[in-house]
Amino acid sequence: MKKTLFKGTALPLLLLAPQLAVTCVFFLWPAGAAIWQSVLQEDPWGTRSEFVGLRNFAEVLVEPEWRGAALNTLVFSTSVAVLAMGTALFLAVQADKSIRGANLYKTLLIWPYAVAPAVAAVLWLFLFHPSIGLIGRALNQAGLDWDYKLNGGQAMTLVIIAAAWKQVSYNFIFFLAGLQSIPKSVLEAAAIDGARPVRRFWTIIFPLLSPTSFFLLVVNLVYAFFDTFGVIHALTGGGPGKATETLIYKVYVEGVQNVNLGSSAAQSVILMVIVIALTAVQFRFIERKVHY
Amino acid sequence: MPAAGIDDAALAAATLRRQAWDRRLTHLWLILGVLVFAFPVWITLVGSTHDASTIGRGDVPLLPGGQAIANYTAAWTSGGEGRYRASPASLMLWNSALMALLIAVGKITISLLSAYAVVFFQFPGRMLAFWTIFLTLMLPVEVRIIPTYQVIVSLDLFNSMAGLTIPLIASATATLLFRQFFLTIPDEYVEAAKIDGAGPVRFFRDILLPLSVTNIAALFVILFIYGWNQYLWPLLVVNDRGLETIVVGLAKMIGNGDAQNEWNIIMAMAVLALLPPVLVVVVMQRWFIKGLTETEK
Repeated sequence: MKKTLFKGTALPLLLLAPQLAVTCVFFLWPAGAAIWQSVLQEDPWGTRSEFVGLRNFAEVLVEPEWRGAALNTLVFSTSVAVLAMGTALFLAVQADKSIRGANLYKTLLIWPYAVAPAVAAVLWLFLFHPSIGLIGRALNQAGLDWDYKLNGGQAMTLVIIAAAWKQVSYNFIFFLAGLQSIPKSVLEAAAIDGARPVRRFWTIIFPLLSPTSFFLLVVNLVYAFFDTFGVIHALTGGGPGKATETLIYKVYVEGVQNVNLGSSAAQSVILMVIVIALTAVQFRFIERKVHY
Repeated sequence: MPAAGIDDAALAAATLRRQAWDRRLTHLWLILGVLVFAFPVWITLVGSTHDASTIGRGDVPLLPGGQAIANYTAAWTSGGEGRYRASPASLMLWNSALMALLIAVGKITISLLSAYAVVFFQFPGRMLAFWTIFLTLMLPVEVRIIPTYQVIVSLDLFNSMAGLTIPLIASATATLLFRQFFLTIPDEYVEAAKIDGAGPVRFFRDILLPLSVTNIAALFVILFIYGWNQYLWPLLVVNDRGLETIVVGLAKMIGNGDAQNEWNIIMAMAVLALLPPVLVVVVMQRWFIKGLTETEK
């Protein structure tokens, strides 16, 4: 901590005022409101509300639709994380080798980070549209009945591909940084001992990358939970049926379309608990990985 | 022993051959990766230069056509003619740019100020302030979306640029990053400034700000993209066509994804929507990577 500090109370409080004002008005107040609404039940006209304790939570947790959305979220986020991290790790290992043009490859692989999730969805829609998309038409001609607007499994596949495509570049940057921090001497020693590249990867590189992988897993899950709303909204609208409705999408549907505030608030609170848990895990991890 | 010498030479040659193959294979994988990443954008780019009927028929072209000027003009000036139309791209690009800039500059400004207060001043409530800011890290806007929307409505900020940007401006990550950086600045700087008679305001302006330039640039890239790519929040707090952002407008043009859509215009709009943030990343690559790896999201 600093030994030499400025004195005074008015100036620091003035400096903090904008940040604290925004935090209080747009973070603490709404979060408090969500918790408060989650224990209330409004009548259909929105004129009266009564305290119902944890009933909204109890109702949400047994609701088949909510459970369906929770399952969708699990399938979706695990698939996105595995696909995006696996591809990124493979490409990072290739780009880490000393080859000509390594920097050019790097530039050509990181730009998708800048593409908005909703725009990524639109790009993949152009490819997988059953009647105007290159791949969509090819699949239909091959006799596979491809229409993501009718088939829930196909819709889920498409949103997973679009969401993962955008996230690979983020993971790639972190895996590459992780690989470059592994001392070359360690790898050379293993090579001299006669360890083949594949063996070297699994016994030396992969374990040394595990902190990076763990960090990325949390980031990817948070991304898949929340930032992919745009992908799903633009591509499938949660459909067909409710096949691609995730938890965050359901909060939106419940709060905006059905105006069921108590239930929506209870679902928001459940999501908050999930994020806080994930963030806590991530922080414990960051504290421990200071060494590199 | 000549025989052993020949063996060695053969072995060395074999190793060299294997390494050459390894290199070729590496290039092959990387090129494949680059192509898979670029393919959807290429198809979109090509599609945006053909007419609507070519794409509607499903004969997806792989090479550019001659309708580029007509399509981009249509996207730029009218946002398309179809049933699902957006505002003109000229307006939506302006809205997106303004929103992204306000969010990036706003976040950086209030984070610099609050990190300065927390690190360099000793005052009552310092830790309370720090933890209050820290808490916001745990509540992404998507989680508290409906109640935040209600706050915006009760403050009469619905359908305004202020409502679009201010709630996204508070940032624990930026504050933590600057705090981290300020803690590495040697105490002697403050002592020297005090001896020279510089107060806290001058110290901030003449010493701290110039030292923070690289961090500010790195953070700017990340936050600009964060702002540009917002989707759920603009979708909720704005229904005035004059404030429509291009990412939301693009998704609106898709509608139900009918084959009869004006896909050529939609594709032109998609190119316009992704070009600015991609350019920022490519041009400012060095700061982008620094910003990404140092903010850790």
